[in-house]
Amino acid sequence: MGTPGEGLGRCSHALIRGVPESLASGEGAAAGLPALDLAKAQREHGVLGGKLRQRLGLQLVELPPEESLPLGPLLGDTAVIQGDTALITRPWSPARRPEVDGVRKALQDLGLRIVEMGDENATLDGTDVLFTGREFFVGLSKWTNHRGAEIVADTFRDFAVSTVPVTSSSHLRGLCGMGGPRTVVAGSSEAAQKAVRAMAVLTDHPYASLTLPDDAAADCLFLRPGQPGLPPFLLHRGGGDLPNSQEALQKLSDVTLVPVSCSELEKAGAGLSSLCLVLSTRPHN
Amino acid sequence: MTTEVGSASEVKKESDQLGADATKEKPKEVAENQQNQTTDPEEEKGSQSSPPTESQSSPRRQKKEKDPSESRGISRFIPPWLKKQKSYNLVVAKDGGDKKEPTEPVVEEQVLDKEESLPEEERQAKGDAEETAQRKQQEIKLDVKEEKPLQPVEEGRKEREGEKVKETQEAEVMDEAAKRETKEVQTNELKAEKASLKAPKKSRTAQCKVTLLDGTQYCCDLEKRAKGQVLFDKVCEHLNLLEKDYFGLVFQENPEQKNWLDPAKEIKRQLRNLPWLFSFNVKFYPPDPSQLTEDITRYFLCLQLRQDIASGRLPCSFVTHALLGSYTLQAELGDYDPEEHASHDLSDFQFAPTQTKELEEKVAELHKTHRGLSPAQADSQFLENAKRLSMYGVDLHHAKDSEGVDIKLGVCANGLLIYKDRLRINRFAWPKILKISYKRSNFYIKVRPAELEQFESTIGFKLPNHRAAKRLWKVCVEHHTFYRLVSPEQPPKAKFLTLGSKFRYSGRTQAQTRQASSLIDRPAPHFDRTSSKRVSRSLDGAPIDAVDQSLMKEFPGPAGEVSAQGPGVVSTAVVQDGDGRSDLRSPARAPHMPLIEGKKNSLRVEGDNIYVRHSNLMLEDLDKAQEEILKHQASISELKRNFMESTPEPRPNEWEKRRITPLSLQTQGSKGDLLFKDILSMKEKPQMVAARTVEEKPQEADKSSLETLNVVEEKKQAEVGKDERVIPEEMNGKELSPGRGPGEMRKVEPGLQKDSTSLSSESSGGSESEEDVGEYRPHQRVPEGSIREEQEEDAEEAAEAPGQAPKVADRERAVPAASPGPRAGAGGGPAEAGAQEKVVAPQLPAGRSADPGAAEQDAGEEAEAEPQKLNGEAAHVDTDVLPEIICCSEPPVVKTEMVTISDASQRTEISTKEVPIVQTETKTITYESPQIDGGARGDSGTLLTAQTITSESVSTTTTTHITKTVKGGISETRIEKRIVITGDGDIDHDQALAQAIREAREQHPDMSVTRVVVHKETELEEGDE
Repeated sequence: MGTPGEGLGRCSHALIRGVPESLASGEGAAAGLPALDLAKAQREHGVLGGKLRQRLGLQLVELPPEESLPLGPLLGDTAVIQGDTALITRPWSPARRPEVDGVRKALQDLGLRIVEMGDENATLDGTDVLFTGREFFVGLSKWTNHRGAEIVADTFRDFAVSTVPVTSSSHLRGLCGMGGPRTVVAGSSEAAQKAVRAMAVLTDHPYASLTLPDDAAADCLFLRPGQPGLPPFLLHRGGGDLPNSQEALQKLSDVTLVPVSCSELEKAGAGLSSLCLVLSTRPHN
Repeated sequence: MTTEVGSASEVKKESDQLGADATKEKPKEVAENQQNQTTDPEEEKGSQSSPPTESQSSPRRQKKEKDPSESRGISRFIPPWLKKQKSYNLVVAKDGGDKKEPTEPVVEEQVLDKEESLPEEERQAKGDAEETAQRKQQEIKLDVKEEKPLQPVEEGRKEREGEKVKETQEAEVMDEAAKRETKEVQTNELKAEKASLKAPKKSRTAQCKVTLLDGTQYCCDLEKRAKGQVLFDKVCEHLNLLEKDYFGLVFQENPEQKNWLDPAKEIKRQLRNLPWLFSFNVKFYPPDPSQLTEDITRYFLCLQLRQDIASGRLPCSFVTHALLGSYTLQAELGDYDPEEHASHDLSDFQFAPTQTKELEEKVAELHKTHRGLSPAQADSQFLENAKRLSMYGVDLHHAKDSEGVDIKLGVCANGLLIYKDRLRINRFAWPKILKISYKRSNFYIKVRPAELEQFESTIGFKLPNHRAAKRLWKVCVEHHTFYRLVSPEQPPKAKFLTLGSKFRYSGRTQAQTRQASSLIDRPAPHFDRTSSKRVSRSLDGAPIDAVDQSLMKEFPGPAGEVSAQGPGVVSTAVVQDGDGRSDLRSPARAPHMPLIEGKKNSLRVEGDNIYVRHSNLMLEDLDKAQEEILKHQASISELKRNFMESTPEPRPNEWEKRRITPLSLQTQGSKGDLLFKDILSMKEKPQMVAARTVEEKPQEADKSSLETLNVVEEKKQAEVGKDERVIPEEMNGKELSPGRGPGEMRKVEPGLQKDSTSLSSESSGGSESEEDVGEYRPHQRVPEGSIREEQEEDAEEAAEAPGQAPKVADRERAVPAASPGPRAGAGGGPAEAGAQEKVVAPQLPAGRSADPGAAEQDAGEEAEAEPQKLNGEAAHVDTDVLPEIICCSEPPVVKTEMVTISDASQRTEISTKEVPIVQTETKTITYESPQIDGGARGDSGTLLTAQTITSESVSTTTTTHITKTVKGGISETRIEKRIVITGDGDIDHDQALAQAIREAREQHPDMSVTRVVVHKETELEEGDE
């Protein structure tokens, strides 16, 4: 279990999946996504991978893109990882469910304990799950239902798992994230603020909250790839495509801000939390 | 001799309950008993078996039957002077003031009823004649009880018989004594007391078996009437445990229902007829075990947690199971030894509910990494990890939300958690909760309104049954008190709050226990860690570690008295001096208390028991809540919305603050800490008494024939006008007489008063606060509470004005006439239905000397018993009586709706549909003595003070509302009592009513009873059970 909160962001590996051409073509459009610039999207994705590997020093595992899975790069929806356990989700969209296969395989190879949903009534998108280091919040959104959340609770029994209603058409992680072990970062939209208030009610632990102008900027990644003593990183979009949030993010102390942008991928519904999965193969160290 | 002993022990028990006074008397009684027995054991036997005796005794028995509850014990112990007072009252009522005469009549009645006195007895009687007399009445009742089939059999048949015999003898003695009795009652009393002191105490003991955390059993013999604290202390002593406030004793009604033994109450009463088996468990899980002072305390906590984990109560992930298991091994086995442990079969240990080989391997692997940790260190590591588990220290209770969905309510250090499946769907931190209440099987919390909202929301949950609701409520009260309050001290205003239910956490708070433990100055005690492995094996045949008999002796001591007094004080104060003593709490009053208490007790004993199951707190809250709900019902959704919105509020602010301040450790909510303080100090003894009555009855209250039901409605009416007469028609549609609020059981209004107090407008008995557990802002509340109370008329109010005898007694009689139809409540047995009325009836006709027998017969078997008793008291009154107005109405089935909002996250799904939770049949009967009101009502006068006191027992909640007003230079004191009896079918409501009335009279001899309203609700649904 480790020290509460201290385990947040501990990671040794990052898992990403390449951007297929189908994301920009008919597939994406069919999925209701706006047209996007494939090249730019791929460039953003490449930069992200580079930062994870070089800036943060993570072992980067990159799954090859699959044309049949246009949203494959959003693998954050396919698994919920905590410690040595990975819960393979059952995405709401039937079309996306095949995405979990590659991810499962990769995680298994990395030595994680794999847990399957195994309930056909359950739907869960990984980006509806926020792990604060002390507990889980599962957003009940259009993609995730109660049963899905229940399985999260069943899987991670050490932790409180609370449900948070998501009132906008986004995932919970699209509204908020962790800026540190005790800091929740949230957007300023009504939906984001509601979610944060709900979380405040549900939690037993005190968190500070930091409100950012942009909801999308709240989808940041607090990562601690190094040794315990080293300052952690915050992978965020404030310095890149969402400059308005940069100033607010700079209030966060004790973290090294690593700006990255993914505005083109965002058109496909992507955020930092969905574009990569981070894990530690040494959860107890 | 055996028999004798047994009886003696019982006596003691009972006496304990009564309180200090009782205690004093105990010895006497015992002595008496002994004498009687010794004198003629044969006779006793004879009396029982011999037909003639029986016939004579029959009336008694009948009476006894009536008092199902427990009058038996109580009356005995009531001090003589109390009885005097009773008689006084009666007299007063008739004549307007002769004290002496009244006493005699009472006695005579008794005599008449039971002329069985034996010569031998007479001899004995000399010394304590008066006392005896008093007792006899009580005793008689006692006998009745025993005979009741329903009553739990605490002791073997033999014992009962023995008791009966004794009682009979005593009764006889008493009769004689009574005859002799004159005006010198007081003197006699004094003598008696002295005598009692001399008399040796004999007590009976029961063997207690306590399963300890290591699986062994601790056995000791305990005096049967010992309070929970005695046993608990004994166990802690055995364990060498000083930091004991985190622990408690549990007894199980059934596998699913765990009850914490209340240290302040008698064990026997809590157990009812359950075996004396307990388990020693952690009651309050320390949020930070590292702050415990002693390793031994941590060790016990570890043992508890291992149980919790193995049983699945504390869910863990695989990794955590392994980690905790490895610390367990380190603590128990020491460093991993390849040679010794490699071959070790870990399957003997239970690390998880379902244990796999993989887990055992992981445990062994991790065990190796703990090399060098001492057992204490390993325990500490164990706890450091265990405390972070989300369900650590969460006490789960099954419930349903408004939609009937199964949820769980988790009570923990921080507040109340709502789970659906494994998911936390809502959370109410203590600071956010204003009030906690339960009514019937419903549990309610009133939540602080959100910043922008005006309304406090009340959220209801449906528990499996009444007892479950009460249990949950108690646990909440205790947790809040323990974790949130710094100290039990009560702020001055606290009074009102305190009024709540009688039950309060009586132990130390966490803050206090920490402080206390910081003073622990002893070398770390040595203790052996039992292998959990071994434990599992030995569980069944656990060795009995120790047998401790010393307990018995300890018991009788002062402790009992103290506790008893405490509670009593509150009630007493209120009653007696309406004038000056508004302060219930002040310790100074304590001295008065005993007297008062005694009165109450005596009253109860003789009378009927009024009882009610619900806590008033709940009622009031409920009522209020319900009203609110009703208001909102038009748009329930709105209410829900409010709730939803409100939830977040407290937090955001804190968060904001934190943002500014360093992220470090801000803990939430110091705000709420004070809530319960007030409550703590006062235990209300009266409640206890009541409780006793109720408890002893086997019936538990779950079925809940509800008398309370309509409370809500009642309140409404009450609010409408002060005049009771306004009423019920709306509700019931059939009310014969003009006045009474449907809900009111009885109001007693004092006519004029010596005190110069005259009664003022009827204030409703405060149903309000009984059970409020937590109010955040006590101050605010207080004022509000008082106001409300005034307005509200509660179903049952007993006001008594000193001096005004005449008015008083009558309501009871009225009943018979009223007896409308059977109230067939699902819950209430048939007996209940008719009982109230019947009881009353007999009395009326009977007069004092009246033929008890006849009356009894009329009434009905059960009813009969009471009437006689009543007669003693009531009869006098009757004579004087003014015309009574009786109204009976049988209202149609009422559907009560409750709005439940439990899921914070599900707003959208909340529907506006109203869920009928309970269907009930309600019946309202009002007895009123018209005259009194007239004077008072004219102008309401100026309100001087209003107090509400609530006491609660297992199945009864009593709310007393005292209002003082000044009208044209005359001050009036009005006391309204609302008694809610919650119970399953077994409760004899009639008796309860009768007793309540008696009590009211006894308590307030100078006041008159002006009105009695009986409202019965019977739950049709069986859902409760």
